[in-house]
Amino acid sequence: MEVFWDQTLRFFSFGDPIVRVAVAGCLLLGLACGLMGSFIMVRRLSLFGDTLSHAVLPGVAMGFIWNLSKDPVAILIGAVLAGYLGVMLVRWLTATTRLKEDAAMGMVLAGFYGLGVCLLTFVQRQAVGDMAGLDKMLFGQASALTGTDIQVLAVVSGVALALVAVFYKEFLVISFNETFARVSGIPVRWFNGLFFLLLSFAIVASLQAVGVVLVSAMLITPAATAYMLTDRMHRLIGLACVFGMLAGLIGCYLSFLGAGLPTGPFIVLVSSLGFIAAWFFSPRYGWVLEKLRRISRRRRMALENTLASIYRFREGEGHAETVALSLLGLSRHRNESLEEVESRLKRLQAEGFAKLVPSPRTAALEHCQVVLTAKGARRARTLIRNHRLWELYLNRAADYADDHVHDDAELMEHYLSEGLVDRLDQRLDYPRVDPHGRTIPSKEEARQ
Amino acid sequence: MSARLEIPAFDWLRVVVEPWALYPETTIWIVLMGWLVSLVCGAVGLFLILRRMAMTGDAISHSVLPGLVLAFLWTASRATLPMMLGALIAGVLSVILIEWIHRSSRVKPDAAMGIVFSLFFAVGVILVTAYADHIDLDADCVLYGEIAYVPLEPMWALAGIELGPAPVMRMAMVGLIVAGLGFLFFKELITTSFDPVLAASLGLSPKAFHYGLMIVLSVVIVSSFEAVGAILVVAMLIFPGATALLLTHRLRLALALLPMIAALHSLLGYHLAVWFDVTVAGSMAVAAGGLLAIAWAVYCIWARVARSSH
Repeated sequence: MEVFWDQTLRFFSFGDPIVRVAVAGCLLLGLACGLMGSFIMVRRLSLFGDTLSHAVLPGVAMGFIWNLSKDPVAILIGAVLAGYLGVMLVRWLTATTRLKEDAAMGMVLAGFYGLGVCLLTFVQRQAVGDMAGLDKMLFGQASALTGTDIQVLAVVSGVALALVAVFYKEFLVISFNETFARVSGIPVRWFNGLFFLLLSFAIVASLQAVGVVLVSAMLITPAATAYMLTDRMHRLIGLACVFGMLAGLIGCYLSFLGAGLPTGPFIVLVSSLGFIAAWFFSPRYGWVLEKLRRISRRRRMALENTLASIYRFREGEGHAETVALSLLGLSRHRNESLEEVESRLKRLQAEGFAKLVPSPRTAALEHCQVVLTAKGARRARTLIRNHRLWELYLNRAADYADDHVHDDAELMEHYLSEGLVDRLDQRLDYPRVDPHGRTIPSKEEARQ
Repeated sequence: MSARLEIPAFDWLRVVVEPWALYPETTIWIVLMGWLVSLVCGAVGLFLILRRMAMTGDAISHSVLPGLVLAFLWTASRATLPMMLGALIAGVLSVILIEWIHRSSRVKPDAAMGIVFSLFFAVGVILVTAYADHIDLDADCVLYGEIAYVPLEPMWALAGIELGPAPVMRMAMVGLIVAGLGFLFFKELITTSFDPVLAASLGLSPKAFHYGLMIVLSVVIVSSFEAVGAILVVAMLIFPGATALLLTHRLRLALALLPMIAALHSLLGYHLAVWFDVTVAGSMAVAAGGLLAIAWAVYCIWARVARSSH
C-alpha cells in the first residue's frame, strides 16, 4: 500500500523527467487522436483508421532502416508514406475489382502489417543499430519516449490543431456532405489528401505510446464517447480531445504503477471504460436512462388510461357524482385484475389525482370507493378531449373510418400538447360530438 | 553489432535445396502447417468476403485473446479444449457486444466493432504481460505467432504410429470439421450469404448461420493462433479468398483453387523466410500479398482484353 502511494506521489508530482516526458506524450497523443478521431467517426471511417494504423508499420521499419537509428523524423516520413500507399491501395483495389472495401481494407491491414513484421524481425536478427524502443512500437511504452519524440509529437498535434482550426468549415462540410462540398467549390480532393496526411501524422505520433495495434482505439473510442454526449461537432471534438487526454494520463499512470507493463492497453482500457459509462449513463442517449425513460413513459400511460377509464365509467352513468365506483367495479370495467387496478390507484393517490375512500359498510379493499380529486378530474377531461378531438380529426381530415380511429387516438392522447389540441379544436370548428356520438369536453370544461 | 544492414544474396542452394535436404522433418511440418492454416482460414474467409464481413474476421481475431489467456490461466495447461472454449466464448461475446452497442446506442457498427475488439485485445495483452511468468505465450507470439516452433511440439500418436506435431494435427482436424460442415450446409450457407431474405422465407435462420459462422471462425482463428498470431491470421483469412475471387466468378471454382493458392502461400512464404531470416508468418503474409498483386494484374489485363474484344 505504501509503495502504491509512493508511486502515485512520484507520478503526480511530475518530478521524474521520465514521467514528465511520458505524461506529455500521452496528453499530446490524446489531443491529436481525439481531434482526428472525431472526423473519422462521423465519416464512418473507423475501420479505415484501424487499417491505416497497421499499414504504417513497414514505413516505421523502413524509417529505422534508413539510417539504422530510431530517428523520429525518418520514422515519421516512412510511416506517412506507407500509410498513404495503403490508403491508395484500398482505393485502387475497390475501384478496379469486384472486391469490396472491407476485403480491401483487411488485405492492406494484414499484408502491410506482415511486411512490417518481416522487416522488424529482419533488423532484429541482423542485430544492427540501436534497436531500443523499436519493439515498443507494437504495444506502446510511454516511458520509452524521448525528448525528440515529444517535440515531434508537439509539432504534429500543433499543426493538426491549427489546420483543423483554420479549415474547420471546409472539413465540417466535407465530413457531412461531400457532394455539397464539391458543388460549393471546395477542393475536396485536396482536403481529403490533407485529412489523410493529418490522420497518418496522428497515428504515427501515437505509435510509441499506444502501439500499432491499439492506435485505432485511441481514434475511435474517445470520439464515440463524445458522440454519446453531444450533437454538435465542435463540442464533439472538444470532448473527444479531453477524453483522449484523460485516458492518456490515467493509462500512463496505471502502467507506471505496474512497472514494465505496456502503456497502450491501459490507455485503451481506460478510454473503453469511459465509453461504457457514456453508453449507459449519457443524459441524452444513455442506454440505462433511455430504458428508465421508457419505463416511466409506460407507467404514465397506464396511469392516464386508468384516469380516462374512471371518467368514461362516470360518463356512462350520466356524470352523476353520486355514482359509486368501487375498485371491483373499475377492475371489471377495465378488464384487469384487482391487484393491477389497486396498485395503479395507490400511485394515482400518491400523485394526488384520485382518492380511495373506504366503504362505510365493509372494510374490504375491493369495495373502496374511487373518487377523483379536482386535479385528477381536470387531467381526465383533458385526456378525453385529446382523444376525441384526434378521433374526429382523423375521421374528417384524414378520411379514417369511424371504427378505425380509436386505437390511434388511444396512443396519441398521451402525446398531444395543449397548443396542438387547441389548434385542432379551432380547425374542426369547436365540435361538441366525436365520431361515436360522445361529448367532447370543451377547453373551458377541461380546465374547470 | 555491425553498422550496416545487409540484404542476403539469393542463394538457390541455401534457400531452396538445403531446408528440404538437411532438415526435411522440420521443413515438411512447417510447410504443411502453413498450407493448412492458409487453406482452412481461406475457406472460412471466402464466405466472410462474400458476406462483406472481412473486418469481422479482424475483430474476432483480436477478441479471442483474453479468452485464450484466461482459459490458460484457469487450467494452467495448454490443453486444447479449454483454450478453444475460452476463445470461442470471447469471440462470440464480442460479436454479441458489438451488436448490442450498435442496436442500443447511436454509435455506428464500424465504430462499435473498433471499440469492442480493441478493448478485448487490450485486456488480453494486459493479462499476458501481467502473468508473463506463468504463460509461455509471450506478447510477440500473440502478434505474429511462431510457425517455426511447430515441429518442436509433442507428437500425436495413434496406436503407436506417430502422426505429427500436435498443432498440425489439431489444424487438420479443425479443417476436416470445417470441410464437413461446409459440405453439409453448402446450399444453406450460399443462400444465407447471398440472399438472407430468401433464406428467411425458405425457413432458414440467417441469424443462426451468422452465429454458426462466427463460432467456426473463432475455432479456426484459435487453432491458427500459435502459428500466425492475432493479426496475421487476418491475412490468412482474406488473401486466399480474395485471390481466388479475382481469378474466377464461380464459387465452387474459387473453393477448388484454394488448396493451390494455400500451397503457394506456404511454400513461397517459407522460402522467403529462409532467405531473409525473418518470421515465417510475416513472410507468408508478404507472399500472399504478392500473389494477390499478380492475380490483380491478371484480373485487370483480363478485363481489358474482354472489353476490347467486344
